[in-house]
Amino acid sequence: MSSRGASVLYDNPGPRTRSLILIGSIIFAILAVAGIYQFVYKPLDENGQFEYELWAPLIDPSNEFFDQVWKRIGEGFQNTLIAAAMAIVASLVFGTGLAILRFRLYDLAHGPRGSTSTPARRVMRGLVWTLNLFTKIFVEFFRGLPVVITIFFVARALPEYGIDLSARLFLVIGLTLYNMVVIGEILRSGMQNLPRGQKEAADAIGLSGLQTVLTILLPQSYRIMLPALISQVVVVLKDTSLGFIIGYEEALRVAGQIIQNLGNPIQVYTVIAVIYISINYAVSRLAHYTQRRIARGRKTPPGLQLKDVDVPGRTAAGPAPEGSVA
Amino acid sequence: MDVLIENADVFARGFLVTLQICIISAIGALILGTVLAAFRISPIPPLRWLGTAYVTVLRNTPLTIVFFFMAFAMPELGSNADILRIPLLEKLFTRLGTDLPFFRFAILALTIYTAAFVCEALRAGINAVQPGQSEAGRSLGLTFLQNLRLVVLPQAGRYSVVPLGSVIIAMIKNSALAGAFGVVGDLFSVADDLTSAQGLPAIPVLIGVSAGFLIMTVPLGLTLDRIERRQAVSR
Repeated sequence: MSSRGASVLYDNPGPRTRSLILIGSIIFAILAVAGIYQFVYKPLDENGQFEYELWAPLIDPSNEFFDQVWKRIGEGFQNTLIAAAMAIVASLVFGTGLAILRFRLYDLAHGPRGSTSTPARRVMRGLVWTLNLFTKIFVEFFRGLPVVITIFFVARALPEYGIDLSARLFLVIGLTLYNMVVIGEILRSGMQNLPRGQKEAADAIGLSGLQTVLTILLPQSYRIMLPALISQVVVVLKDTSLGFIIGYEEALRVAGQIIQNLGNPIQVYTVIAVIYISINYAVSRLAHYTQRRIARGRKTPPGLQLKDVDVPGRTAAGPAPEGSVA
Repeated sequence: MDVLIENADVFARGFLVTLQICIISAIGALILGTVLAAFRISPIPPLRWLGTAYVTVLRNTPLTIVFFFMAFAMPELGSNADILRIPLLEKLFTRLGTDLPFFRFAILALTIYTAAFVCEALRAGINAVQPGQSEAGRSLGLTFLQNLRLVVLPQAGRYSVVPLGSVIIAMIKNSALAGAFGVVGDLFSVADDLTSAQGLPAIPVLIGVSAGFLIMTVPLGLTLDRIERRQAVSR
């Protein structure tokens, strides 16, 4: 199946092109195998990285270190997942708050001017303008700052003011400061890009500004932006590994300790990377799946949906299935 | 405030080192990412598989692991990343007189990691071009290369600008990690040095260091917003 990307570039191949592609595939496959052998396998082999002693603690249950090593890795990933979960929940809560605040402030600052201009109203406008500016600076600041720096300074600055928390909480605060801003902007742009009729209809039935946001705009924004929000989970999971700089015992720090004892960095980091990739890949697939579900749901006319439940595969009205994404 | 003024030169030097890392890695990532994108859209299946595998692995790995691999596994293999000792680069980018391999490891790690995202940004740009465009080109009798050069790539380039910019911004921020892996003198190691070794208060140091990053990231981000808005209107 050709993906959409391929169809923009190429015609359907004829017999001659097909045989050329086959020849090219064979040549390249041979080159790739040779390249991997030369540049990956050989250096590893020459430096004795395939020796069983280095791998045994990780893959051989009868090895004396096996149970201990995997217990530590388990604890490490448990800490990683706990910190990530805390940061995601906190980011969602504060991000939603920030999105509502920013949306309302933008609305108030750019909404229709009242016909009369009393001093009280002018003060209100000034207040709204200032708050709007303040939140914008807040957003730009934490969006533009590396998460490492945020985490580092949370762990350094808060104790100076007598706030001494565990490494886990410092990490969660640092991750939350960054991700709440990102999630807030995701949700806000979701609300802003909804069809204008949604807001007008809410106004027409007499909902207040905040009611409109809470009952009409925000729920739809969550729905549209669900894939982006799930992708952000992957970012948080990856960034949790930065906890090592403030001494949080997450997977990578545990890996470092194992390596100090066993002296096999390549093997241990490979195992940790494989675990990370599996978790994140699963979450990315979930995001991808949700994206397609949402795209299908929106493009299928309401009348067709019931009929299509019984028909597996493509629907006439839905988008063409993506096929194997090249 | 005094801390900021007294250490202004330290911050400035940290900024320059970070900027050097960013520029070299960005160039490397753009080149490698373009090659990968060409792999991923090529008609030869094994090339596509290789590109897909690379992107899947690197996008789902924390950058920290890539850095650890470089900093600990490369010496294990007896490599000092000497391929990056390009004579001209050595002259252009002075590294404050230090020649630790970490600088090269950091650049390699950032390049390898960012290339996966560059590849995806470019591919997204090509996918955004409507198939009708190249069909029209073909029906006019353009050859494959003419079609690519005159119809597809110019449009794909325009669609890729914003995602590519976001990738570069992310890379600038990721470069802070280099300081945590033994690169001496970049903004992160300045932060670490001033607060830990010299015991200065954290907030003024934070202001100095964050200014260094925000100078790079915020103008880029605002420019991208503007380009995006203009494209949204013109489409």
